[in-house]
Amino acid sequence: MRTSRLALVVAAVVAAALVAFPFVFTGPFPLHVMIVTFMFATLAVAWNIMGGYAGMFSFGQAAFFGIGAYTSSYLFVTHGVSPWLGLVAGGLASALVAAAIGYPCSNLRGHYFAIASIAFAEIVRTHFNNWKLVGAAEGLTIPMSKGGFLQFQFHHGKAPYYFIALAFLLASLALSWWVARSRMGYYFRAIKESHELAMVLGISFVRYRLAAIMISAFISAAAGTLYAQYILYLDPESVLVLSISVQVVLIAMLGGAGSVFGPAIGAAILVPLSELTRVSLGHKGTGVDMMIYGALITLISVYQPRGVWGLLTGRIGPRAPPAPVAARPVAVQEGSK
Amino acid sequence: MSTPLLEVRGVTKRFAGLTANDDVSFTVNEGEIVSIIGPNGAGKSTLFGCVTGFHRPSAGHVIYRGRDITGLKADRVCRLGIARTFQIVQVIADMTVLENTMTAAFLRARTRAAAIQRAREVLSVMHLLDKQAFLGSALTIADKKRLEVAMALATEPRLLMLDESMAGLTRVELQPFIALLRDVRERGVTLVIVEHVMEAVMQLSDRVIVLTSGRKIAEGTPREVVANPQVIQAYLGERYRA
Amino acid sequence: MSEQLVQQVVNGLLIGCVYSLIAIGLTLIWGVMNIVNFAHGDFLMLAMFVSFWLYTLVGLDPLLSIPFCALLLFVLGLLIYRFAVSKVMRGPMLAQLVVTFGVSIFLANTAVMLWTPDYRLIDRTLLSGTWQFGTVQVSVAKLVSSVGSVVVSGALLLFLRRTRTGKAILATEMNRDSALLMGVNTDRVNALSFAIGSGLVGVAGAFLSMYYYIYPQVGGLFGTISFAIVALGGFGSITGAFIAGILVGLVQTLGGYFFDPAYKYAIVFLLYLLTVWIRPQGLLGW
Repeated sequence: MRTSRLALVVAAVVAAALVAFPFVFTGPFPLHVMIVTFMFATLAVAWNIMGGYAGMFSFGQAAFFGIGAYTSSYLFVTHGVSPWLGLVAGGLASALVAAAIGYPCSNLRGHYFAIASIAFAEIVRTHFNNWKLVGAAEGLTIPMSKGGFLQFQFHHGKAPYYFIALAFLLASLALSWWVARSRMGYYFRAIKESHELAMVLGISFVRYRLAAIMISAFISAAAGTLYAQYILYLDPESVLVLSISVQVVLIAMLGGAGSVFGPAIGAAILVPLSELTRVSLGHKGTGVDMMIYGALITLISVYQPRGVWGLLTGRIGPRAPPAPVAARPVAVQEGSK
Repeated sequence: MSTPLLEVRGVTKRFAGLTANDDVSFTVNEGEIVSIIGPNGAGKSTLFGCVTGFHRPSAGHVIYRGRDITGLKADRVCRLGIARTFQIVQVIADMTVLENTMTAAFLRARTRAAAIQRAREVLSVMHLLDKQAFLGSALTIADKKRLEVAMALATEPRLLMLDESMAGLTRVELQPFIALLRDVRERGVTLVIVEHVMEAVMQLSDRVIVLTSGRKIAEGTPREVVANPQVIQAYLGERYRA
Repeated sequence: MSEQLVQQVVNGLLIGCVYSLIAIGLTLIWGVMNIVNFAHGDFLMLAMFVSFWLYTLVGLDPLLSIPFCALLLFVLGLLIYRFAVSKVMRGPMLAQLVVTFGVSIFLANTAVMLWTPDYRLIDRTLLSGTWQFGTVQVSVAKLVSSVGSVVVSGALLLFLRRTRTGKAILATEMNRDSALLMGVNTDRVNALSFAIGSGLVGVAGAFLSMYYYIYPQVGGLFGTISFAIVALGGFGSITGAFIAGILVGLVQTLGGYFFDPAYKYAIVFLLYLLTVWIRPQGLLGW
């Protein structure tokens, strides 16, 4: 009881702080850091659904991110489609691709799946790098429009982007929380444990694996559209690279893969750190931030693989409903149907 | 009750070079407890696999409630009402006993609340309710086996197939477990169990089937089977008498 | 036209031999302890740089730096195993996956920090020049590298099959539990396999440095290619890795020749996917 009251207090404080933030720190850099944090947090939450919950450890999340970004951008640039519709289109496109690649990969586990995800993401990147339709290596520039919510472009400060990014994150977290508590979430965890066990519990292994990948892809694609509308430029090197996928995994792992809030916590720690390191070390140390990332990943895997959430709560995963005070044997229904 | 619940007809399973099951046939009627015994490597677990959809028989048929289910995938078979446990116990390590059982209960329960209720009921029957908050990884082997049975029961099967669920139980734990299985049968679940613990086989079974080297060599009541000279030679040894 | 084709086939065979050596190191580690060394390609990169710096600073010909590279990488493999990999072997799968990934990123970016992302090349070695076989041009360095790789692969196979330690490694690869029961010190076998696998890639790096561009990101490329090779050959199969290495070398050059050079690596990645989808045990795996 005490922990849930504490959790509510913490949540309320955090919520208040997040809402107040853009009014207190009005400069572009702090807002930028927060926007990037929310974006990576969303990506990590997406990864967590397929990796932390269902055990499919992907190192190719950038592919879905990029497909989302490119789809909405292409539709806007070439056909004037509203980026919000483009977001949905990008999400669907991403989910479809996820299903197409996920189906043949549905028997792959552990290392084999990880490598397949890298192979897949690299194929996507190579393709976009050579695809004239979307600008190949030069990428796409999104022209400035008159601005405003419907156009998903804001020219007077970053605060609107901040709130939209925050909204995306909250929506993803809500979805993740709901999945964790639902039948789907329990099935994901069974799948993660073992193929045989899932089958013996009547779970269609393939169907639920696909569901996990598709949900993950959709959310990642949405984050991609957010990125495109925020930066107004994308090319394969900025949205489809392995380093984005790796950062997503690291963030989820640091925060606590398999828990609902872990990925967000991981982002809250890592992204501001990495943005600040980039600024203070300037561009002379290209590679220093990734060097630190690499060392961090190694250390975390060895010493605290369950991440911050695991450290705080001692366990990963949904909390079971509390045991009744006096466990009286309940009368069992007669027979089975 | 004219159609048997389960009919295994001439099931043969060959792996490269090895015939694990050779033309095995038997029936199981609703409400029975049937035991399958035999030396290690006799093909008992493979037989389970063939019936429950983990292996596709090389030949033969499996008929369940009058319907040919040969070759159906394991998750399908479970949904149709056949549950099984494994020789090497499998539970979800990172989840609590209750959550494990909920996962199984979700097969028939549509809502979270219904799954919780069903899970609690089953855990109560299996005497695991007091351990419902324990993590799967924190359980003893005996408790894990009970949890595995609980999970199988939570899928509301008509036919429950247990693969050596009593291995490793101490004498003290054995009798309650036997009573538990009788209780499960009273609740309308038919049982097929693979066992080495002869005491349980003798106490529980309506019928016993004996497998050796992939073939069925005997079938009958426990007393009949135990007196069968072939069975004695292949498996029980001269010393054993009921 | 067909002259070009023959040239591409020869090129494919030549690079394939070196690929084989790289992949053999990876499959050894994979087969013995079921861990993918995601840093394998970066180990290669380090060996190439070691050779480069020995050449630039001391004037040592890359051919002669082979023993140094092999030894250095052997030790590095041992250290990484001891201090990182061995500690996660009983941990969660995610940790096992990510630990060598972390090492990979760390190494690649340390290289960027120390030596900049610039491409380097060793321009004059003992083995300069090209030979002409009819219409086919073969650089001496490439030829020696390829033959050398085959020789080293053969030596490894002999080591594994004829020596006592080698057999212990093979036994562990086939069945870990049985090997344990037979008194094999599996931890030592793990460490040794990791070290040997790394040492092999050190040799390959020294060979490659004779004619290939040397830059920090080269590891990622070769690393991913070697996954495809190991998958194709069958995880854990040394002979499989050898054959698959040659095949992938051919696929790469011929793929680039028939389709688009920009896609030549994508084709190799596609090959990995097709292998694990259609025939997960690869050519010779079990």
